[in-house]
Amino acid sequence: MKTMTIGSRHELKEYAARVRADMASLNKRVLVCTGPGCLANGAEKILDAFRSHSVEAVGATRTGCHGFCEVGPLVRIEPDDVVYVHVKPEDVAEIVEQTLRKGNIIGRLVYRDPDTGRAYQKERDIPFYASQTKVALANCGAINPDDIGEYIARDGYQALARAVLDLSPDETIEEMLESGLRGRGGGGFPTGRKWMFARQAKGDQKYVVCNADEGDPGAFMDRCIMEGDPHSVLEGLAIAASAIGADRGYIYVRAEYPLAVARMRNAVKQARECGLLGANILGSEFSFDVIIKEGAGAFVCGEETALLASIEGKRGMPRPRPPFPANEGLFGKPTIINNVETLATVPAIIRRGPAWFRGIGTESSPGTKTFAVTGQVSNTGLIEIPMGATLRDVVFKIGGGVLGGKKFKAAQIGGPSGGCLPEQLLDTPLDYDSLKKAGAMVGSGGLVILDEKTCMVEVARFFMHFTQRESCGKCVPCREGTKRMLDIMEKIVAGRATLEDLDALEQIAWVVKESSLCALGKTAPNPVLTTLKYFRDEYLAHIVDKKCPAGVCSAFKAYVIHSELCKGCGKCRRVCPAGAITGEPKHPPVIDTSKCVKCGACVEACAFGAISLG
Amino acid sequence: MTPVELAQRKFERVNEIIEEHGREQSALIPILQEVQAEYRYLPEEILTYIATAMGLSAATVFGVATFYAQFSLEPKGKYVVRVCDGTACHVRHSMLVYQAIRSKLELKDGKFTTPDMMFTVETVACLGACGVAPAMVVNGEVYGKMTPEAACTIIDMLLYRDGDN
Repeated sequence: MKTMTIGSRHELKEYAARVRADMASLNKRVLVCTGPGCLANGAEKILDAFRSHSVEAVGATRTGCHGFCEVGPLVRIEPDDVVYVHVKPEDVAEIVEQTLRKGNIIGRLVYRDPDTGRAYQKERDIPFYASQTKVALANCGAINPDDIGEYIARDGYQALARAVLDLSPDETIEEMLESGLRGRGGGGFPTGRKWMFARQAKGDQKYVVCNADEGDPGAFMDRCIMEGDPHSVLEGLAIAASAIGADRGYIYVRAEYPLAVARMRNAVKQARECGLLGANILGSEFSFDVIIKEGAGAFVCGEETALLASIEGKRGMPRPRPPFPANEGLFGKPTIINNVETLATVPAIIRRGPAWFRGIGTESSPGTKTFAVTGQVSNTGLIEIPMGATLRDVVFKIGGGVLGGKKFKAAQIGGPSGGCLPEQLLDTPLDYDSLKKAGAMVGSGGLVILDEKTCMVEVARFFMHFTQRESCGKCVPCREGTKRMLDIMEKIVAGRATLEDLDALEQIAWVVKESSLCALGKTAPNPVLTTLKYFRDEYLAHIVDKKCPAGVCSAFKAYVIHSELCKGCGKCRRVCPAGAITGEPKHPPVIDTSKCVKCGACVEACAFGAISLG
Repeated sequence: MTPVELAQRKFERVNEIIEEHGREQSALIPILQEVQAEYRYLPEEILTYIATAMGLSAATVFGVATFYAQFSLEPKGKYVVRVCDGTACHVRHSMLVYQAIRSKLELKDGKFTTPDMMFTVETVACLGACGVAPAMVVNGEVYGKMTPEAACTIIDMLLYRDGDN
């Protein structure tokens, strides 16, 4: 759609009405999910297939993530709200003929609950969606992210109009304070207070920065928001800028998200063309423009002062606070840094009012939060729920329980900074304070479900490995402490640790937690500390009994020769560097487990597949 | 062509990139990103050249180039295979996928690129494609729900495609 200049609130409303009328002239709209999961499963080919059929008064468009990644590629048809799952390009002709032309539902493509077998035609009835409340993800999956018109048609930029035309900066901040919105990037600091500090700070030049360096493994909500609804982030950033008196913003996007970068760049370009970025926005005094910066692959750049150093072209290392960025930030000027999801929530608050927002969630954690539900769970996907819903609701009601009917063991929440919550904490409300009390944190909202076959010690080692590698090396506790912790974790999973090592691990963990410079170090021990707290018996099993209860750690496995497959060729005996295999020719040999170094040379040498790790 | 002319040609593109972004230090990371896209890695002499051209110390430029995981001071293969080892992929056994590709390409300890410069095999912290874990990406194309066998088939396919050309 051709864009036009929007120079006033009246023109914004007129434009919205025009796009709505255009959209209403269509009988049906086909919304093809091109979220990360569906894209990897061939969603673009499905979209091409729809576009190759021309049906009168039907539009086919790509959208951002619909959320239910498990059953993708997903196709939704509006206004009927019909959802088709596991769609293949070959299905498109039938969908066009049956559903688009004749209005019939294709039974084999609708979602069926794997437990009850019940079929669901409409998205809103599917249990995965039924208990969600979408605020930050409201447009994700509903609009074409490359078309500013569709965003405007859904009340887009109305909040910015209110902020720059009706409210004074102080009133905007007042509404943010009242809403109680807390930073969705992990810290949970009240957004309104951050803005207030930056507004009060003296400076001729101020900046707003969007932290889109989503580095937590297992979290992809920011990616989906930028890819599915980039204008909501831009609008939130512009409102923040108008509130603190900034005329320039930066969006720092993680390098691993090329599509998010492309969508954000396109959104900025369209907003400039419309005059929604630039001088005197909507006829007001407010001028604002945005620069997109690509990260270069450093987890620590999610920390705000490290992120600012990276924008300045330096090594992305954090610095001590105070001074806080609100007083001395980017290029030494007052700066606020807000996360993607936080900013995407801002327009809804300004448009619908703080009271509405407070009506969702809990007293101390109002509103909704997105979670990326992954791991050993039946329904992987991206969800948004009111704060305070329980972990049990998420795992069993929305997530459909543990994959393959296995037993739930733990939920890893908040990525490398978070913790592992065991079964007895399933009724923990998912809000900032409850999770902190449990030793975990909301973090960015990655929620990885672990089943009974997962070794918790190995999971903790995995996170230590991650944070150790990503430690920037500036402060000693984090640089040296995470290294020592990783050494001990590796000893434990290798079966070489003693109980003294366990004491040392715990002691170092507390030192790192309490004395590191930035949040990376302060939270790095959380996975170890929570697993020590809730799964200590697994640590002891590795150290004392020399066993891995989940059967994961290879150090505790022994090589076994299966006599029924063995031809007695003796090749394994000859390649064994430790001389651990003995026996007579033509007879299955024997492995002396005390000598075996588990190098695997015998497995590779065996032509009959007769040796395996058991 | 004389050696001087050759050297000039090599730096011509670098000059264009620097001109485009300007000489402020805040342009350094975008410049390095674009130079790497051009050369597939950051050759040492180009880093020194960038430092001089931008009026920065060589230590500053090397410091930045070695800090970020995206930058490589070693040449990479034609196909960069990145196996995701984020949490979701890890608990769905991404390391078996990674090991299978390494052993198929006969990469020994400490080596990430094949001697014929066809493949570089790395891990990546998270691709954000957790819904289809384990995931891997080859030169920007994402493959989901990987198994060791499927990953090896993809490698075979790339080899075959390349043989065709």
